[in-house]
Amino acid sequence: MLKRLSLVVLVMVLFFGLISFSTGCKPKEQAVEEIKIGGVGPVSGEAATFGVSTREGEELAIEEWNAKGGVLGKKIKLVFEDDKGDPAEAATVYTKLIDQDKVVGIVGTVMSKCSLAGAPIAQAKGVPMISPTSTNPKVTEVGDYIFRACFIDPFQGTVGANFAYNILGVKKAGCVFDIGNDYTKGLSEFFRDQFVKLGGQIVGFESHPTGATDFKAQLTNLIKAGAELIYISDYYNDAGLIMKQARELGFKGYFLGGDGWDSPKLVEIGGQAVEGGFFTNHFSKDDQRPEVQEFVKKYKEKFNHDPDALAALAYDAMNIMITAIKNAGSTDGAKIRDAMKNIQFNAVSGLITFDANRNPIKSAVIIEIKNGQQVYKTTVNP
Amino acid sequence: MEKIFNLQQLINGIQLGSIYALIALGYTMVYGIVRLINFAHGDFFMIGAYASYFIILFATLRGYHIPVVIIFLISMGAGAGAAVLANRIAYKPLRYKPRLSALITAIGVSMFIEYIFSALPVIGPSYRSFPNEQFIESKIFTIGTTTISNYAIIDVLVSAGLMIFLTYLVKYTRVGMAMRAVSQDKDAAKLMGIDIEKIITITFIVGGAFAGAAGLLTGVSYPRIFPYMGILPGLKAFIAAVLGGIGNIPGAMLGSYIMGISETFATSYRSLLGEGIAFAILILVLLFRPQGLLGETIAEKV
Repeated sequence: MLKRLSLVVLVMVLFFGLISFSTGCKPKEQAVEEIKIGGVGPVSGEAATFGVSTREGEELAIEEWNAKGGVLGKKIKLVFEDDKGDPAEAATVYTKLIDQDKVVGIVGTVMSKCSLAGAPIAQAKGVPMISPTSTNPKVTEVGDYIFRACFIDPFQGTVGANFAYNILGVKKAGCVFDIGNDYTKGLSEFFRDQFVKLGGQIVGFESHPTGATDFKAQLTNLIKAGAELIYISDYYNDAGLIMKQARELGFKGYFLGGDGWDSPKLVEIGGQAVEGGFFTNHFSKDDQRPEVQEFVKKYKEKFNHDPDALAALAYDAMNIMITAIKNAGSTDGAKIRDAMKNIQFNAVSGLITFDANRNPIKSAVIIEIKNGQQVYKTTVNP
Repeated sequence: MEKIFNLQQLINGIQLGSIYALIALGYTMVYGIVRLINFAHGDFFMIGAYASYFIILFATLRGYHIPVVIIFLISMGAGAGAAVLANRIAYKPLRYKPRLSALITAIGVSMFIEYIFSALPVIGPSYRSFPNEQFIESKIFTIGTTTISNYAIIDVLVSAGLMIFLTYLVKYTRVGMAMRAVSQDKDAAKLMGIDIEKIITITFIVGGAFAGAAGLLTGVSYPRIFPYMGILPGLKAFIAAVLGGIGNIPGAMLGSYIMGISETFATSYRSLLGEGIAFAILILVLLFRPQGLLGETIAEKV
C-alpha cells in the first residue's frame, strides 16, 4: 500500500512540477498607478501563430506609448490571455479580464467564432472591445461597444471572387470550408455569391467537420466536377493539408484563400503544394507606404522576424484603443466608445474610419506564395 | 452514380480504413484478452506519431540518414512502451477489481496522457507539421483519371504486412496459442501453466506497437500532429472493432475497412454525412447484431 501511495505521490509531483515548469513563475503585481488593457488571442491550438503575432503587435504598440509617457499620465499595462481558439475559453477569459483584472478595454480576439463568444460579455459590462482580425460581419452586430480593425468577409469574399473570375479567368470553382467555424463558412458563402453573380459556376460547395485531417472525399468530388480553382477559406493548418491532398489527387488548378492563410506554417504544412497559391489579406510587409516600412523596421528590431498581417492589425487595434482613451480623456467605457466612433487614424493597415456599424472602410491586398515566401501582388480598394 | 461510386473514392476509403485497422487491432486484442476497453489506445497512437516526429527532426537537423525501417521500429517501440507502462501502472492493480473501475481508469489514463503532453514545453498544445517529405518524398501515380500517392500505397502495404504478421503470431506460434487460451478461459489457462501476466504484457506490446505504426503512417499521410490527435481516430477504430465483433481480430480488420470506405462515400455524397456515419453504423450494429459482424455469441454459464 505504501509503495502504491508513494507512486501516486511521485506521479503527482512530476505532473505539477512539469506544469509549473512550463508556465514559469509570474512576478508579483506592483501597486503602481496604471491603466490595464486586456489582450486576447489564440496562443495555442489550431491557430497558434495568430495569437503569438497578435500579442507581439500589441506589446509593440504599448511599449511605444509607454516610452512617450503612457496615456492620461499613467503607464499602460497589457494583460494578455490565451483563448486557445475555443469559444468557451474565450468567454471565460473575457469575464476574467473584465471582472478580475478590471481592464478598461479589450483588444481581441482573433477568430470570429471566439469574438462572437466574447463580445456579448464586453457589451453587457460596458467595456469597449476592438477585434484586430475577426472578419465575420456578425461580430460588430453584437452591440455598440464592439469595433474591429479589419475589413469584413463580404468584402474579402468579393475581392477573392473578382480576382478569380476577372484576373485568373476561372469559370468553374469549388469551395471547401470548416462547417463548425463562422469565419470559414461565411467567407465561402460570400465568395460563392459573388462568383455566381459574375457569371461563374460553383461546381461544389463542400464542408468538413472541425479537426478533420482527411479531405480527400470532398476534394475528389470537386476535381471530378471540373473545378479550375479551389477556394479554401480555412485557416492555414487545414488549408495546408487540403492543398497537399488536392495535389496528391492530381489537381492542377489554382488555390485561393482568405486572411486565415497568413502564417509561416502554411508553407511548412503544405510544402510544395501551396506554391502559386493566392490569398486576400489586410497588409503586406512589401507595401512601400512609410507607415508600413516604419512598422516593419521597429517590429523586426524587437522580435527578430517579419510581421504578418495579424501583428500589423493587432498593433493598429491597440493604437486605436489607446488613442480613443486619450481622446476621451477618461477610462470610462462609454466615453472611450464615443471617442472610438469618431476616430480617424492613419494606421499601418491603411486609413481607418468607422462606418455606422463600427467596421472600418479600407483596402485589401492580394498575396501570392512564391518559393515559400509571401509576395505582394496587388491592392484592391473597396 | 458517378458521384456516389468511383474508384478514386474507393482508394481514399481504403487508405483511411488501413489506418483505422491498425488502431482497431490493438483495441480488439486487449479486449479479447483482458476484457478491458482501453480508451488510452488512441493516445499510444499519438505517442507513436510524436516519437517519429522527433526522430525525423533530429536526423534532419544533424544530417543523419536514418533508415525508414528504424524510424518505424522507434515509433512502434514508443507506442508499445507507453502501452506497457499504462498496463503496469494503471491497469494491472485493477485486474481483479470490478470492470467498471478499469474502464474509468482507462479514460483517466487517456486524459492524463493528452494533458501532460499539452503541458510539456517540448510538445505543447499546438499543431505541428510532420516532416513527411524528409521521411519519404511524395510521389503521385496517375492511372487514367485516378491518382494514387505513394503515401497511400505505404499505408495500405504496411498495415497489410502487420496484419499478416499478427495473424501468423496468433494462429501459428506458441505465444499466439497462449493468447487464445487466455482469452477463452483465464483460469484454465493458468492451470495449464501459462503466465497470464506475461501474455497480457505481450498483448499490450503488440497492440501499442500497432498503434505507434499507425501514428507514423498518419503523420506521413496527413502531416499535422497534436496531442489530441488520437481521440477521434481512436473512437472510430473502437467503433470499427465493435462493428467487426470486439475481441475478434479479422472482425476488426473488416470493420475498419467498412468504416473507412463508408465514411469516404458518405462524405462524398454529402459532406456533412461523413462524420455521422460512423456513429450511425455503431447504433445499427448494436441494435441488430450486438455481437458484431464476425463475433460469436457466448452463452454465459452460471
